[in-house]
Amino acid sequence: MTIRNVLRDHGQRYRPRMACLKKAEKVVLEMQDPATGVKLQPQRLVITTIPHAITGEDIVAWLADRFQIDAQEARSFGSMLVALGYIYPIQDHKRLVVKPDASLYRFQTPYFWPTQQWPVEDTDYAIYLAKRNIRKKGILELHEQEQYNRLHKWMNHKWDFIVMQAKEQYRAAKERKKPDRVVFDCQERAYWVVHRPPPGTVSAMDYGLERLIDPNAHEAKTPDDYERIMIFTQQSIMRPRVKSSVSIGALVKYCATYKGHDPFLSKCLPSNPWLTDDVTYWALNMPNVEIPTKMRVERWTFSFGELLSDPRGRDDFRLFLKKEFSGENLAFWEGCEDLKWGTAATMKEKAEQIYKTFLARGAPRWINIDGKTMEITVKGLKHPHRYVLDAAQTHIYMLMKKDSYGRYLKSPVFKETMKKAVCPEEHKFSDSQLEQNARNRRPSLSPIIIRQQEQEQKAKMAASAPVDITQVMSKLSKQGKEAPPRRTSVKND
Amino acid sequence: KYLSTFIKTLKYMRSPPTPEMATQEVPLNETLAHLKTESETLKSKLEEERAKLHDVELHQVAEKVEGLGQFVMKTRRTLKGHGNKVLCMDWCKDKRRIVSSSQDGKVIVWDAFTTNKEHAVTMPCTWVMACAYAPSGCAVACGGLDNKCSVYPLSLDKNENLAAKKKSVAMHTNYLSACSFTNSDMQILTSSGDGTCALWDVESGQLLQSFHGHAADVLCLDLAPSETGNTFVSGGCDKKANVWDMRSGQCIQSFETHESDINSVRYYPSGDAFASGSDDATCRLYDLRADREVAIYSKDSIIFGVSSVDFSLSGRLLFGGYNDYTINVWDVLKGTRVSILFGHENRVSTLRVSPDGTAFCTGSWDHTLRIWA
Repeated sequence: MTIRNVLRDHGQRYRPRMACLKKAEKVVLEMQDPATGVKLQPQRLVITTIPHAITGEDIVAWLADRFQIDAQEARSFGSMLVALGYIYPIQDHKRLVVKPDASLYRFQTPYFWPTQQWPVEDTDYAIYLAKRNIRKKGILELHEQEQYNRLHKWMNHKWDFIVMQAKEQYRAAKERKKPDRVVFDCQERAYWVVHRPPPGTVSAMDYGLERLIDPNAHEAKTPDDYERIMIFTQQSIMRPRVKSSVSIGALVKYCATYKGHDPFLSKCLPSNPWLTDDVTYWALNMPNVEIPTKMRVERWTFSFGELLSDPRGRDDFRLFLKKEFSGENLAFWEGCEDLKWGTAATMKEKAEQIYKTFLARGAPRWINIDGKTMEITVKGLKHPHRYVLDAAQTHIYMLMKKDSYGRYLKSPVFKETMKKAVCPEEHKFSDSQLEQNARNRRPSLSPIIIRQQEQEQKAKMAASAPVDITQVMSKLSKQGKEAPPRRTSVKND
Repeated sequence: KYLSTFIKTLKYMRSPPTPEMATQEVPLNETLAHLKTESETLKSKLEEERAKLHDVELHQVAEKVEGLGQFVMKTRRTLKGHGNKVLCMDWCKDKRRIVSSSQDGKVIVWDAFTTNKEHAVTMPCTWVMACAYAPSGCAVACGGLDNKCSVYPLSLDKNENLAAKKKSVAMHTNYLSACSFTNSDMQILTSSGDGTCALWDVESGQLLQSFHGHAADVLCLDLAPSETGNTFVSGGCDKKANVWDMRSGQCIQSFETHESDINSVRYYPSGDAFASGSDDATCRLYDLRADREVAIYSKDSIIFGVSSVDFSLSGRLLFGGYNDYTINVWDVLKGTRVSILFGHENRVSTLRVSPDGTAFCTGSWDHTLRIWA
């Protein structure tokens, strides 16, 4: 497939992807309903009166009433209709917004709507510019002049045709009655403001990169396609599914459980850094902080997954497991994660290392899995791949979740952590304090430096004593990351 | 059964087809029509099966839930520095740094809290539609019209040209629409305009797994939260949202209820559901265990497409960035819109909630990024 470079496409192609246009049309038609639409009024121009103008404030009021929205949203919606070209401003015609005052607008004629079947062609634009040039020389704006020169160069071969068309349209226009002529000129001008905006302005017609598939194209399916679809549908039919009440109930319960932890729904303690410019909240919740907050510890009780995914929680759990002499389960699980998500180059070695450490007969940290799983795993290890330890990992995970996790929550380790956990007071900053906080925003330590520090620590500890790397990791993670490592008391086995 | 009919039809045409054989193609067309009806019958059966277990609607269960109060969400930071449309952004795990990419090929790493720019990369292509921050915070990945996804290790040396250490990881046959690191810096998941998603090893650039099943450009993807296993969801121009098994490369679930391209998909924090945002101006919630769409978030005053969606930490709020320059905030359970936010002066192209849920960031075609809280 070649990339269709549409960046040079100046609207030459009909845009199939503007799904909003059909909906916008419906609204505009409603707005033009003589009985229930927007109030029309005549516009006075020196001696002529042109009918069917509407004011900005009436547009906003009508939209607010129709959609039951507030004035700001109604104004935003109205401005989008103007930006798309369904309504055009009579005064200040280059600014495609709705002003919520007595500024006048008019509905664009369907001939000039963006959803029309024909694309917006450069030929038409050239004719339009030529026509305006004929009417009055020097009337073109700078960007229009540049476009005109560019089109003249590029379309030189059909320039005679373009000039002829321009002259013909100019002549035909002169024969119209003045009010009609003025209206048509406004409509045409508005059309080109929308489809050939001055450079640097925001255009609603800009839809970004073209996508490869054409939504209007009908793709014929082959018998193979249908076969595949049917196989997939059969499998889907046979998939086990759960009653809506059960799964929806779980979704609702999740919201309720986490409501107190959601910064958009409940207060962050001591305060949300984005609101007060005070980063205490982040400092208290660093990944490997010595003393966690009460809220954080509470989250560990929500699910085993929460406990494991928080580095501080995992450390606490590791400490507990060590006391129970079942630390190898967690170490094995971590090894499996490292295998799954790690780099492909060292995968085989890792798998072997894990086997030697945890699964082989007489292994130093032998894990207890059932015979069947062990058989599958050992067999798979003959041709190791990323997911070869999945069965064993799931078994150990469930073991920890159903057994160790429950005991952990009742253990002295957890109770101690919970007791020591901090619950910071809510910040009450005065306005001047907030201003000062804003002035004192400081950068934080780069993740690159933090990682360097961790690596240095690891190297130091590996060099100083020949211990099992997993025990080194547990020592490391007890230390805070922001300050130089402190000596914490590490219990020896 | 139908495959054998097809094969019989093939055997019928023993020699290469000639114009006189046009009349002999009739059996093939009949077979196609047969297959089509059979396929549609099966699809109806699937809907029947799904409906059997559908005993309650989300908004019914939500009636018992307390309503949400008024929200005061404002722009807390405006990040200026891109010279063109911002197309994508991602948060760093440290909750304050972000990476953003734009149409002019620039990728910038910011400390959103101080609004300082920390790193900048110029890509050799325009329209960098995808960017992602590595879990370690020490690298970023990005790609777009170059059909590739490249990883740039970040450096503290301001004078170092980051492009020198760049690693080309993913190679697609068309534009890169989205990318994401998995649970480590070593693997990247990508989606592309060529209709496929793929999992890559960063060090070697090796393709680990490819995912085929979308019939058109894939525009977005999201990885399931780590506790819930090895799956991810993708959305595409074929109006389908597919859930994939990363191990086997198989599509395990598919949802086709949107009426237009799906621009964004995002998992519910528990991993049991996901939301999608589409050009049809709606966001929808799909429950994975019940295997059905359970909510549509729409309003008749919202007619412009959704470019990007994300959940708040508890999953109660769904933030959507729209093509009419606004952000709509939805009550996920009750299905109502709780707030509309103005500020951007052009399309909102990307929206992500920060890792600790304290704020969300939006990127827009007006060249800026905003942090809201």
